Amino acid sequence: MSVLVRLRPATRLPRPLIAGGAIIGACLILAIFPQLFAPYDPLKMDYVALNQAPSWAHPFGTDNFGRDVLSRIIFAYRIDMQIAIFATVFAFTFGTLLGALVGYAGGRIEALFGRVVDAIITFPFLVLVIAIVSVLGPGLVNMYIAVSVVGWVFYARITAAEIKVQKRLDYADAGRAMGYTHFRIIFRHLLPNAITPAVVYWMTDMALAILLGSSLGYLGLGAQPPAAEWGVQIADGKNFMTTAWWSSVFPGFAIVTTGLGFSLLGDGLAEVLRTRK
Amino acid sequence: MPLSEFLARRLLQLIPTLIFILIVVFVLVRLLPGDPTSAILGDRALDADVERINRQLGLDQPIIVQFWLFVKSVFSGDLGNSIVLKLPVTTLIAQRLPTTILLTVMAALIALIMAVPLAFVAALQREKLADASIRGAFQVGLSMPVFYLGLILLTVFGARLQWFPVGGYGDGFLDHLYHLFLPSLTLALSLSAILMRNLRAAIIGVLDAEYVSFAHAKGLAPRLILTRHVLRNALISTVTIFGLSIGTLLSGAVITETVFAIPGAGRLMVDSIYGRDYPVVQGMTLALAVLVSVTFLLTDILQAWLDPRVAR
Repeated sequence: MSVLVRLRPATRLPRPLIAGGAIIGACLILAIFPQLFAPYDPLKMDYVALNQAPSWAHPFGTDNFGRDVLSRIIFAYRIDMQIAIFATVFAFTFGTLLGALVGYAGGRIEALFGRVVDAIITFPFLVLVIAIVSVLGPGLVNMYIAVSVVGWVFYARITAAEIKVQKRLDYADAGRAMGYTHFRIIFRHLLPNAITPAVVYWMTDMALAILLGSSLGYLGLGAQPPAAEWGVQIADGKNFMTTAWWSSVFPGFAIVTTGLGFSLLGDGLAEVLRTRK
Repeated sequence: MPLSEFLARRLLQLIPTLIFILIVVFVLVRLLPGDPTSAILGDRALDADVERINRQLGLDQPIIVQFWLFVKSVFSGDLGNSIVLKLPVTTLIAQRLPTTILLTVMAALIALIMAVPLAFVAALQREKLADASIRGAFQVGLSMPVFYLGLILLTVFGARLQWFPVGGYGDGFLDHLYHLFLPSLTLALSLSAILMRNLRAAIIGVLDAEYVSFAHAKGLAPRLILTRHVLRNALISTVTIFGLSIGTLLSGAVITETVFAIPGAGRLMVDSIYGRDYPVVQGMTLALAVLVSVTFLLTDILQAWLDPRVAR
């Protein structure tokens, strides 16, 4: 709630926010209505048109199964935007709530929590995610589980630190003096004021999720072929890089622009929230 | 708190972390579909054999006892045998991990060489064209997946121009360095972006500090101020980021080794997942996690040495 209120434009919006918002908006439209923009069926193979160079009929060429590369990129927005959201939303929700409780409790609980966090971040993130995916089996849902199991830690740490600052302020004391329950003070009063760093991190995290999701797709542990996903596409084209570079190079542009969109959005949001404070 | 006490305390903190790592790795293997016994014997095993192997592996014991046996075998240097390669996992780690460490160290050095001068340029030209272009370029670098950048460098500089080998590890140390150059450059880019961003902010912070104005007022040469005063103080927070990034770097190494066909620990781990070679996955996870926690420890020590206030 308070995030939205503070976002209401009083002055000019920062440029990164506008640019990032525009990019992510466009990505979302492509993700929701890919059939309006894609010229071909992303899964339809054409064995007489394998690895064709970019042309008017196929602006980004065709891949080694004769599928239209542009259409596959466009339909892949559906999976990759879904990865950005589903791989982070659980970590954001659970991490923020737990972080709020831990930061408010302080003392021994916080010290214990600090140890657990230290231990979890000791695992190289991707190594742990790969290990979990290897146990659960490859696929998108298992990837979401693996990323969430590790990812909540960062949100919890960020929120706990922020709540620790907020709970010492006068309005928290006022709440306690009014006889409000701890639960009410934490979730109605402190959290809305403490959540902004976590929201900013969420944007960065979505960019990271897309990088991670496409990396796992590339390794064959994320989205499974023949699904249209950028990492899968790049893996499909990798053996033809010297003869048919287009089927791997163009999907990479989509990853970079989407990642850039989320980071700009995060930077812009941070700027707005910092100046409004 | 004197430095020795800080070190002792920091070493003690390593113990719960190590215990936690052991628990996670232990639990991970228990979650596996199917049990190790049928993985060893296959589906058509005799009941008597299953019982014998279960006893041999200690699987007929309660879970706590199993954990204790696991910890004991880890500390006696026994991580089991690879199902696919038929070698002890410890041997494989000893063979493969040095390659990954060399790759990571090279990447870290390249990242520093790229980040430090550019951060200075960006900070000194704050909000000007040079600053904007450096930050813009690194922002793009940060959004570039490692496997994609690697594939492009490999195609352009390896396959097309043939300046560098298209994969493998070579023989002899210099040949290793030559083979690892493109992979470590790939790995370095995202780290250098993070370092550059952080160092730029730190330099700007230090440049505004009073002791820098004082140094200028004393008439010290600007070059001397930059190297003696600004760089050293700006490096402190960057060392932390650097240390924390080692985990990310090792994660990236897993992918880079796969793209460039380098026989390192990361590639072995990915191959073992395809081959369902669980003892290797378990051993590698353990080895990499321990490596990272030791790096964290070294980072903290280095930081305490750079800035004695940290130890207090």
